[in-house]
Amino acid sequence: MSEQELAHKSVEYRRKILKYIVKANAGHTGGSLSCIDILNVLYNHTLNVDADDFGSPDRDRYIQSKGHTVEALYVVLASRGFFPESDLETLCKYKSHYIGHPTRKVHGVEQNTGALGHGLSLSVGTAIAGKLDKKNYRVFTLLGDGELPEGSNWEAALSAAHYKLDNLCAILDKNNLQITGPTADVCNTDPVDKKFEAFGWEVRHVDGHDLKQLKETFDALPFAEGKPSMIIAHTVKGKGVSYMENQLKWHHGVPNQKQYAEALEELDLQDENI
Amino acid sequence: MDATIENIAVTNKANLEVFSATLQKLARHDRDIIVVTSDSRGSGKLVPFGQSFPDQIVEVGIAEQNLVGVAAGLASAGKKVFAVSPACFLTARALEQIKNDVAYSNNAVKLIGISAGVSYGALGSTHHSLHDFAVLRTINNLIVVAPADNFETEQAIMLAAETDLPVYLRFGKKSMPLLSTEETTFEFGKGRVIKEGSDLVIIATGETVAPALEASEKLQKESGIEATIVSMHTIKPLDYNLIAKVAADGKPIITVEEHSVYGGLGEACASFLLENNFRNRFKIIGIPDEYTVTGSQQEIFNHYGISGDGITAAALTLRKG
Repeated sequence: MSEQELAHKSVEYRRKILKYIVKANAGHTGGSLSCIDILNVLYNHTLNVDADDFGSPDRDRYIQSKGHTVEALYVVLASRGFFPESDLETLCKYKSHYIGHPTRKVHGVEQNTGALGHGLSLSVGTAIAGKLDKKNYRVFTLLGDGELPEGSNWEAALSAAHYKLDNLCAILDKNNLQITGPTADVCNTDPVDKKFEAFGWEVRHVDGHDLKQLKETFDALPFAEGKPSMIIAHTVKGKGVSYMENQLKWHHGVPNQKQYAEALEELDLQDENI
Repeated sequence: MDATIENIAVTNKANLEVFSATLQKLARHDRDIIVVTSDSRGSGKLVPFGQSFPDQIVEVGIAEQNLVGVAAGLASAGKKVFAVSPACFLTARALEQIKNDVAYSNNAVKLIGISAGVSYGALGSTHHSLHDFAVLRTINNLIVVAPADNFETEQAIMLAAETDLPVYLRFGKKSMPLLSTEETTFEFGKGRVIKEGSDLVIIATGETVAPALEASEKLQKESGIEATIVSMHTIKPLDYNLIAKVAADGKPIITVEEHSVYGGLGEACASFLLENNFRNRFKIIGIPDEYTVTGSQQEIFNHYGISGDGITAAALTLRKG
């Protein structure tokens, strides 16, 4: 997919994230908008996954550790044919499979996540299995910067380096905000690159909204033989909707009809300018 | 392998040793058997396993949360994973991983809680697991098993390896006498009647089945009381049919467990009996709600009446009403 096509996709995904969050009257708006460009490039460029052959033992794995931004994952999976988009009309509704965190009841979801600090260990185990079985699949996991203080992340980071998992790539959606405030004020994890480097990872920085950079960075995997790869994606919480950008209240704020209409107008303009 | 008692080497070893030997036997024919340890290969008697199958053991260091998460990741990729760690740490520190990564995500990890209950004795309450039945019973999609003897342990490990459901297995490190019984089959969720008697029922689990048997012999010899003894190796799913059967004629019932009296086998039996209109006299023997007295496993058992004498005394009191 060309970068122009990817750019149109990103706008389309942002519209849909908002649409279904408004419909459900719930969701993690800011974080879904910060990670959507990453998911766009993963699912439309990088990952070897196929909705019709999702059980293939050779597929690449994507495990979303920051499970709360499930709306981003659901709209991307729907667009990749894992389920009809109309299913998302039921998001968070009584008896729906489409709950507010990733669940294996939804076709295309690898693991049930939502409690933070779980994705990296699950990914390490899956990557070790790939090495044991001499498979070529790769394992990707998306971490939030707010979840990094969970100690289990650092346990897993040690194991990933110990087992030389160059088939593992973690992407940090570094939007610098969490529910209480700036991540640096809540529990500073910077310099996060130095920490992962010290743990034995090969680290690269990208602009998490620059589709070309994201493509090229994923294409360059693994960054070093025998080392796990960490992509620190610098992102903006609420990206794409000006009044949401870097605003704490949109962590899980739901736009009203007027705000929603304004957001769509902005997104239309972005689409035209691609 | 046929699940009959004749087909296993009859031993009186620690269940822990049988676990290790069984796993080695399985690993020899199945490359997908993977053991994950948290610096626990020594205490799990898994050093020979690691030597024989270096590609089938994954060490994560002292990091129980990662142990369970990694095990779940391996299981999701098709491995038959045994995550081995002291029961106290495995089921408390890594509880969220057990709930989410194993049970909720349905990754069929076999969680092996070694040196369970008060096996660590005088090492104290940090090392005791008296909460695990209570906590794990409330987690959906998890089989909870405490084998009593070497036969039950071997069978449980073999079944666990083949089942596509998550299982928690816990046992101790003390040598266990082989239960002598007509019942030579083993199935999760089916208690084993070790002995039948008409005056009293003792439902015990794990390493407390042996003192329950000792009590039944004393009761028979000293008071002419005949007790039915059940090894209720599976705490969940609990064998309600068997409980109903042994409770049917109103005999007094004693439950025995190496666990808090709260939330374990006893309360599970009690709620079933009450909800189904059984009104048998009933007594739960276990560890009371306190940090235990200092002592060896045997001393702690004796102190709290998890012994031939203690269970005998409780039975006589219960029969008096």
